[in-house]
Amino acid sequence: MLKRIAFGSAIGALAAGGALAQDIDVTLGVLNDRSGVYADLSGEGSVVATRMAVEDFDAAGKGLNVEIISADHQNKPDIGSNIARQWYDVDGVNAIIDVPTSSVALAVADITAEKNGVLLDSGAGSTALTREQCQPNTVHWTYDTAALANGTGGAVTNAGGEKWFFLTADYAFGHSLEENTMAVVKENGGEVVGNVRHPFPSQDFSSFLLQAQGSGADVIGLANAGGDTVNAIKQASEFGITQAGQKLAALLMFVTDVHSLGAETAQGLNLTEAFYWDQNDATRDWSARFEEAHGAKPTMVHAGAYSATLAYLAAVEALGSAEDGAAIVAKMKEADIDDALFGKTKVRGDGRAIHDMYLFQVKAPGDSTGEWDLYEQISTISGEDAFLPMLDECDFTKK
Amino acid sequence: MAMNDAGAAGPKTADDAPARPAGMPMLHKAIFGILLIFLLALPFLVYPIFAMKVMCFALFAAAFNLLLGFGGLLSFGHAAYFGGASYVAAHAAKVWGLTPELSVLAGTAAAAFLGLIIGALSIRRQGIYFAMVTLAFAQMVYFLSLQLPFTGGEDGIQSVPRGDLFGLIPLQDNISLYFFVLAVTFGGILFLYRIVHSPFGQVLKAIRENEPRAVSLGYNVNRYKLLVFVLSATFAGLAGATKSQVFQLASLTDVHWSMSGEVVLMTLLGGMGTIFGPLVGAAAIVTMQNYLATLGAWVTIIQGVIFVIGVLLFREGIVGVISRWLKRPL
Repeated sequence: MLKRIAFGSAIGALAAGGALAQDIDVTLGVLNDRSGVYADLSGEGSVVATRMAVEDFDAAGKGLNVEIISADHQNKPDIGSNIARQWYDVDGVNAIIDVPTSSVALAVADITAEKNGVLLDSGAGSTALTREQCQPNTVHWTYDTAALANGTGGAVTNAGGEKWFFLTADYAFGHSLEENTMAVVKENGGEVVGNVRHPFPSQDFSSFLLQAQGSGADVIGLANAGGDTVNAIKQASEFGITQAGQKLAALLMFVTDVHSLGAETAQGLNLTEAFYWDQNDATRDWSARFEEAHGAKPTMVHAGAYSATLAYLAAVEALGSAEDGAAIVAKMKEADIDDALFGKTKVRGDGRAIHDMYLFQVKAPGDSTGEWDLYEQISTISGEDAFLPMLDECDFTKK
Repeated sequence: MAMNDAGAAGPKTADDAPARPAGMPMLHKAIFGILLIFLLALPFLVYPIFAMKVMCFALFAAAFNLLLGFGGLLSFGHAAYFGGASYVAAHAAKVWGLTPELSVLAGTAAAAFLGLIIGALSIRRQGIYFAMVTLAFAQMVYFLSLQLPFTGGEDGIQSVPRGDLFGLIPLQDNISLYFFVLAVTFGGILFLYRIVHSPFGQVLKAIRENEPRAVSLGYNVNRYKLLVFVLSATFAGLAGATKSQVFQLASLTDVHWSMSGEVVLMTLLGGMGTIFGPLVGAAAIVTMQNYLATLGAWVTIIQGVIFVIGVLLFREGIVGVISRWLKRPL
């Protein structure tokens, strides 16, 4: 059922073990969606990114025998938790990586704490991972919904988009995204002129979009995700909403979504991400290598899987063992990380990784030089402003 | 409570049912015995959580089979009772702090209540209309599960504690939990067996074969249908509530309509209207989902192909075919 990729040939490991007197077995499990809606933004790409991290860390040379296994949780928490348990109990997995879909991530976080493993979450967005359900064994690397709301809400409002209209998916995730963003918009002197709730999932957004168009708002905030966001953007493009001067702001969207929509349809869209391949030499270089192995540019989730794995391996090397998950996470929290992809990063006491976030605008087709040349960076949101402040009871470094 | 009704309605069946040897036939006794021995050894052969999942789905399929195979009623909304019970049981264990057996009972009671309301309304229609009404109600339950504050929306109810059975025996260990689940599901399946082979079960089969005839014989058909509907919902709920204790969570997957479809598939593949068919069907489907997980979307395609082959080549299901070879009901 599981795909196994072994690293470090026996000979290499023996040679290194002899030289360094350190021989640590580490098994990493990449658990994500490999067939459903999140397969493009996580999926096999996260396995590739994790493998790159192991190679770049020179694990074999440092006496770490790293094995990577992967599985598909199908976005179902019972399947995900079953695999996670089995990995810890039977397959000797030390850390689980990626885990998009909040419900699965929360289930895996609990099991990880129970089994004293490590959860390096890159794909999930729920703030509960480091708040209501915080655990000493969780590191939440890439983004969360609060950071996206802060980024898009704050930066777009400051850039002059003061009147907001929200198009919100009618379930808990949509509500919290809307609520977070509304608060940020008001804090920055903006105004919410209206909102409409659409059923989840939804195919037809025409009446909601017409309401939004008639509301006189500068910005239409899309507090939904996945197929809903894509449908809403497509239909907004058909109605000529952005061409008529209103801005669209997607609150949860990935570069792969924009890529599949194309610059023609998505142009002018504002969105926040933690990583974009074309930011600097380091990200361009890494992304080129990634593309060679995987056939597409990386998303921020892939980048997060890479960087979190690097930080994790450094902590394992420092401790000389991969057994005690809580100790490894505590070690990761001590480190001042200067990451090639995320810049200066600090893992906070609650497991939240603090790094800069960026507001992007999708380029018009005329300005885009290639199929992946999609974003123009508008502003940088510092980590302190982007992420929610830490809850006292979740600061595991104090205890 | 439901069984009292059955008893009250029971005496009439004496002149309808053919004379049968009392108790369980030897063959069934032997199969149940072998099954029990196998299940006692199972957690030491495969991963216990996986085994528990199979057992929960086996009970779910058996409960569904009571309605479809013996009552002749195709419900397309059984996920509502399965998932609804798992939400209530998870909430009971996590927020109210009830012990596992009380949480499971609370979930089961909720499913029974849900079954009573939905059943009372939907048995007024037949065939495709009945299926559609049950589907509509199940979608309402799905909507409620998504929207009600206590369900946690799409995150579901997470980190349900594994409490102490009767407040005494800790169930944190996979093996001890396994035996609790084994007791619940095996007991449930034996109870379903008893229902099927009771006078009440005989009347059900009569209604399934020829409803006007059953009416002409003086049976209050709607009452029987409602009762079997409630019983089926109750045991589906028992399975769902137990599953929530095993996985320590309740999520939208369990109330989604595709779960209702899956249980139909399990029952038909294993053998509708047989005792052991749903167990075989559930084991086959869950094993496929578990061990073919890496194939991703192919799992559903493979399931579909198997289903088509099943319908074309052995319409009675796996156990149905075996039963025909043996010329004995299984």
